[in-house]
Amino acid sequence: MGPQHPSTHGVLRVILTVDGEWVVSAEPEIGYLHRGFEKLAEMRAYEQTIFLSDRWDYLSSMSNNLAMSLAIEALLEIQVPERAQWIRMLVAELQRIASHLVFIAAYGLDMGAMTPFFYCFREREKVVWLFEMLCGARLTYHYVRIGGVAADLPEGFIEALEAIIPQLKSGFDEIDELLLYNPIFIERTRGIGIIDPQLAVNYGLSGPMIRASGIPYDVRRCHPYLFYDAVEWDVVVHDACDCWARVWVRSQEMRQSLRIVEQVVERLKGIPSGNVSAKIPRPIRPKKGDCYVAIESSRGELGVYIVSDGSQKPYRVKIRGPSFVNLSIAQRVLPGAKIADLVAILGSFDLVMGEVDR
Amino acid sequence: MPLSVDQLEKKIREGAKGIPLSFSVGRNGLEVHADRDYLVELCKFLCDDPELQFDYLRCLSAVDWFEEGQMEVVYHLYSMKQGHGLVVKVRIGREDPRLPSVSNIWATANWHEREAYDLFGIVFEGHPDLRRILLPQDWVGHPLRKDYSYDPVEFDEEYASKVRRGEIA
Amino acid sequence: MHELSLSSLCQRFLSWTKLPTEVLVGVIVAVFIFLFMTFVVLALVYLFRKFVGFVQVRLGPRYVGPRGLLQTVCDALKLLAKEDIIPENADKGVFISAPLIVFLPAYLVYIVIPFGQPPHFQPKDLNLGILYVLAITSITVIGIVSAGWASGSKWATIGGMRSAAQLISYEVPMSLAVIVPVLVAGSLSMKEIAQAQGDRFWHWNFFNINYFGLTFPAFIIYMICALAETNQIPFDLPEAESELVAGYNVEYSGMRFAFFFLAEFSNLFVVCAIATTLFLGGWHAPLPSLPSEGVWSVLWFMLKTWTLTFVALWIRATYPRVRIDQLMEFAWKRLFPLALADVAVVSFISATL
Repeated sequence: MGPQHPSTHGVLRVILTVDGEWVVSAEPEIGYLHRGFEKLAEMRAYEQTIFLSDRWDYLSSMSNNLAMSLAIEALLEIQVPERAQWIRMLVAELQRIASHLVFIAAYGLDMGAMTPFFYCFREREKVVWLFEMLCGARLTYHYVRIGGVAADLPEGFIEALEAIIPQLKSGFDEIDELLLYNPIFIERTRGIGIIDPQLAVNYGLSGPMIRASGIPYDVRRCHPYLFYDAVEWDVVVHDACDCWARVWVRSQEMRQSLRIVEQVVERLKGIPSGNVSAKIPRPIRPKKGDCYVAIESSRGELGVYIVSDGSQKPYRVKIRGPSFVNLSIAQRVLPGAKIADLVAILGSFDLVMGEVDR
Repeated sequence: MPLSVDQLEKKIREGAKGIPLSFSVGRNGLEVHADRDYLVELCKFLCDDPELQFDYLRCLSAVDWFEEGQMEVVYHLYSMKQGHGLVVKVRIGREDPRLPSVSNIWATANWHEREAYDLFGIVFEGHPDLRRILLPQDWVGHPLRKDYSYDPVEFDEEYASKVRRGEIA
Repeated sequence: MHELSLSSLCQRFLSWTKLPTEVLVGVIVAVFIFLFMTFVVLALVYLFRKFVGFVQVRLGPRYVGPRGLLQTVCDALKLLAKEDIIPENADKGVFISAPLIVFLPAYLVYIVIPFGQPPHFQPKDLNLGILYVLAITSITVIGIVSAGWASGSKWATIGGMRSAAQLISYEVPMSLAVIVPVLVAGSLSMKEIAQAQGDRFWHWNFFNINYFGLTFPAFIIYMICALAETNQIPFDLPEAESELVAGYNVEYSGMRFAFFFLAEFSNLFVVCAIATTLFLGGWHAPLPSLPSEGVWSVLWFMLKTWTLTFVALWIRATYPRVRIDQLMEFAWKRLFPLALADVAVVSFISATL
């Protein structure tokens, strides 16, 4: 199955052994999108690795930039200005909303519902339009940089953002009603692809995959970064461990993200616009050492482990892509399912091959 | 309850008697430097001990210390129940790097170790299915090693320039 | 003038070809039905794309022709112009004949449908009308299975098998649901069934007062089975785009694919037309005061049929797909007993009243 197939999101090949409608064994084969980021990073200065990070999980570019920046800042041990931190939180949460909307759209399409796709993209268009106002790009933003962000929020950004927040809220409700609570959709996804909580922890799952199995692991809560511990929000957890729970968790996470966005906007109004980037010693030359920094990207725990040898180029960059780890459980979960469920289960993993293969 | 760095060090020293360990504190908290031969024993202890309960392997990274002639594998652990984290580092020789696999303690190590094998050539003994994961199965060499020569094998400059000049269609 | 009249031209042509009149009339009717079918499909595809576009917050075809009206024509021309690819693994004979087997039933059913007041608007009224329809539509199964198998691709074969299972399963409740209007009318002929409903809408079979509205389940069951028989969402698993990449017709291109496409949309129109005849009073107006003759009969018929088609397209735009085993379970465990019960009840009422 694959690598070109409309419902394996991206270039994924799954070698299936099938007995009639039942899957006997499933083995994902990856590496079709391997571009060698880790090696490339070793040959570039630290500043140049940020733009490389855009392309790991190309649907959550802001999160990738954030992970890389936080890792390098941890090595440099510098403080980022407060306004920049709030802006980073804002874009990270907006990015989560955009990414989850793509997930719901694609998942509905996999199930055969063509319409939620358009409704989701209509909402996403509003967010992406805001990002374009912010940094001029729609997919690979390169906005969050070492020391802060590239530039302050433009004029009219906050107003535009406040205008779309109620629209997004009603949009989420509409999409939920159309897809999530549709009886046929529930039939297709309830009780499918059950991942036991113990198995989930053992396989290193993260993000909505593990939270839909009842484990409240959210990097924003467990290893706080930016100002997530200063804002009120809930970790979304569901006990059902099936595909429907994963979709529900992502849908609720969007609402929590919106809640965070509202609070961040309030805070941002209180901080005068000004410095959004810390003074970094150029050229960037961190002391010898290593550091692992993880953030909660839309797909799970996105971790960056950098080893520095005191020179201008990183000695080793290891990217812990959440989709890479989430996919590893496919060989346990898929056997015993039907072919039609294959699509439902693989789709609920929310894979982005850029992150799997790097 | 999450233990502090000192408490962790004390607990591990007590529990892992007989295993030669050294400790340091890095940016990610306590770092345990273990020896290859005692790795599995240590990891089992870290995972099973009721006060430590490091049941979540966040990341397994391999580093090629070319100058020192060694390779290093770094394990970042976390305990879901207790909430504390740990780093375990193991060093092995660069020529014929072999390390016991921890994939039957943390199943997530399966793919991480395959990736380390693929890109570095570290052989994990006891791994159920050690083969390349990102690169094609017939690839020669381990790209992320510092001495990996990346002469462009597939790209033929002469041929390409001929095409550019229009001599070959 | 008289020498050039149509009838004299026909007479001259007939005497020249030495063919009996019936043959000529038959050929003309056949060609006319084909053209009508093509036109219906063109209109239906255009409406489908426009309507689905509006539901999905976009505009649908816009550029080809005024308001995109010529879009389907151009799509058909594009399909005709494509290269004819026959896969190496394919069984050539079956591969080539499968589209025809699928297309023919969709075409032959038009003969018995009363598009307006018979005898003018119904090509031929067979006294086994509805039985003929059920029999002919069953032939589509052979076509689909052969298409899937002959393509020589695993995915296509799976699609074909699924489709066969689905179609055969849904024929049973459909036939039972069809028995209800037959019981009400006391005849298998399409004309009789429509006429028995008369031109009072409360006597129409979708909610017949004479039977205390108990024919309503039959209508619903028929519509659901009709969607399943024509491979519409939510029952379009055999051609599931995202799972099997168009399933049984994945290896077809160009003209052959056009046949499948034509047959699918034509089938949709046909089952809605049959539903109109059986359950919505056919060509009759809803009230006796409204005219039901001539052109009006055609208008009423088309209005009802297109409304049902519109509802089918609406469902197609909204719902996800049902899984194959859930589909079968639904047919056998829920629709079939319900249909059986409805037949029993209606026959009881019709026998005692």
